[in-house]
Amino acid sequence: MIRLLEARAISKYFGGLTALSEVSLTINKGEVYGLIGPNGAGKTTLFNVLTGAYVPDEGEFVFDGTELPTGKPHRVVEQGIARTFQNIRLFRDMTALENVMAGHHIRTRATIWGILTQNRRTREEERLTTERAFELLRYVGIERFARTVSKNLSYGDQRRLEIARALATEPRLLALDEPAAGMNATETGRLRELIERIRSDGTTVLLIEHDVKLVMGLCDRIAVLDFGKKIAEDVPAEVQRNPAVIEAYLGGGHHAQ
Amino acid sequence: MNELAELVPYLGKHKPRAARALVILLALVAPLIAIMFGRTWVRVLDFALLYMMLALGLNLVVGYAGLLDLGYIAFYAVGAYTWAFLASPHFAEAFPALAAGLGAADGIHLPFWLVLPVGAALAAMAGIILGFPVLRLRGDYLAIVTLGFGEIVRIFMNNLNYPVNITNGPQGINLLDSMNLFGWDLARSIKLWGVKIDSLFFYYYFFLLCVVGSILFIQRLQISRIGRAWAAMRDDELAAKAIGINIRNMKLLAFALGATFGGVAGGLFGAFQGFVSPESFSLMESIAVLVMVVFGGMGNIAGAIAGALILTALPEILRHIALPIQQALFGQVLLDPEVLRMLLYSLAMILMMLLRPGGLIPAHARYSRPEFIAAGEARA
Repeated sequence: MIRLLEARAISKYFGGLTALSEVSLTINKGEVYGLIGPNGAGKTTLFNVLTGAYVPDEGEFVFDGTELPTGKPHRVVEQGIARTFQNIRLFRDMTALENVMAGHHIRTRATIWGILTQNRRTREEERLTTERAFELLRYVGIERFARTVSKNLSYGDQRRLEIARALATEPRLLALDEPAAGMNATETGRLRELIERIRSDGTTVLLIEHDVKLVMGLCDRIAVLDFGKKIAEDVPAEVQRNPAVIEAYLGGGHHAQ
Repeated sequence: MNELAELVPYLGKHKPRAARALVILLALVAPLIAIMFGRTWVRVLDFALLYMMLALGLNLVVGYAGLLDLGYIAFYAVGAYTWAFLASPHFAEAFPALAAGLGAADGIHLPFWLVLPVGAALAAMAGIILGFPVLRLRGDYLAIVTLGFGEIVRIFMNNLNYPVNITNGPQGINLLDSMNLFGWDLARSIKLWGVKIDSLFFYYYFFLLCVVGSILFIQRLQISRIGRAWAAMRDDELAAKAIGINIRNMKLLAFALGATFGGVAGGLFGAFQGFVSPESFSLMESIAVLVMVVFGGMGNIAGAIAGALILTALPEILRHIALPIQQALFGQVLLDPEVLRMLLYSLAMILMMLLRPGGLIPAHARYSRPEFIAAGEARA
């Protein structure tokens, strides 16, 4: 097992509210790691802290041996962590292809001067970016919509496009925030195939999801958050049996004992 | 120059090559047609080209990067005053002793290829100075601060005649050098084979060259990683951060590049006009340029050009029609042409919001190279 990401005692407070309380977890290279918990447990907050949108009040992330910069989203992406959003956030007025091409931004180097003169290096980089974007659209299965403006895509295809855009940043860890939300059974099935493929192609996946069937079937290990605390971290079968998890999900019937 | 085809309705959609050729032809012969109605109209065309540069530059900031800038004319002012300081007798008049000591007894007169880049660089610096404090602002808040910035620059120009006379205050600076292309003075009319060629023509073609250069540059930016980053930032800033776009740098770049166009246009304006004063750079001018961009169609090269051309020419046409009509109808002039101009702008905006909210030529800007897309589709 090679450690890819390690969260060390991450805490985050919003005023008097403790959104995350000393959450530590370890994600290994090549696995699909699930993050579940009731609504408001702090899953998305953890995502936001990890990807630099928020600065943690305590603790740090170690990614592939180096500490992640806090509060600098673009540096985190550069290190190799990409994310999607719970409520889809595409670039509405750009085509599907351009969305993915924009995702490649961090891996390209063209300067103002190169762009102005359209020198060979800039053109070659641009050609590769376009080519790579087509490949990624094919990879997620929506290449026929390359020229479609993204706001006109169907819901499921928008989710796929968002994943393609995240993959365009060439991540080593792909963080998906409820990718199956709002999908029907068929779409969820295809999403599951896609995530499995992403994993087998060498990208580690961190998955927040409410669809229990999907999480249990897909994840190698699962962490459960409740009220900002990690209450379990184990393989799916063990997590399902864990009394603390059952209590968190089904309510405090056990408190009386 | 594909965008140019969009300037021609109908034909542009069905025969873009023909439309493009038509636009280029019209651009080349426009002053020849205009001169038939008098010199004034060639002058109007010259100004239309200056406004095109301004609209193209502002469109970069507002249309592509989505940053509403209500003080854009400040950069125009920086460019114009740079020209005024570095290419006029002003320096000698303001600091006679110093000028004599430096051997510049008749003022500083630097060549255009030095003054224009300096003006552009100063404007870009002003853009960054404006950019830093407004990095976190959006929408209305950004508009208010940029508006204030525009006013600050104008007030500076108005008052920097004391204690050190840099701008000569409200009187402005006079006798600016004209555009001199390596010994060829554009302000001098030439007699060729017995035909007098008006200097306004030279300026027209020189400005046209500058506009064409601007279009090429902006078009290349649009289909680059920078153009895509701006569009991404405009559509969704949070998502843009999440794919690794450095929002701070991209915003500053938009402000700086947009300002550069303003600075160059300002220098050209100074050389063309031969005179600069603070009143040329009022808030109304900022708004006029913004109206051009919005009226033409935001985020669109053709839109900026059409907006600038129409909104520069129309008030002039109106001025020439409205005065005689009012005289004939009422025996006196009731509405000043300048009032009419503002009325017209407002009317144009209201009609546009009602009938064509996307502007005259709504943007369907593309941010990738068509030939590479075709290649990608061919492989699929």
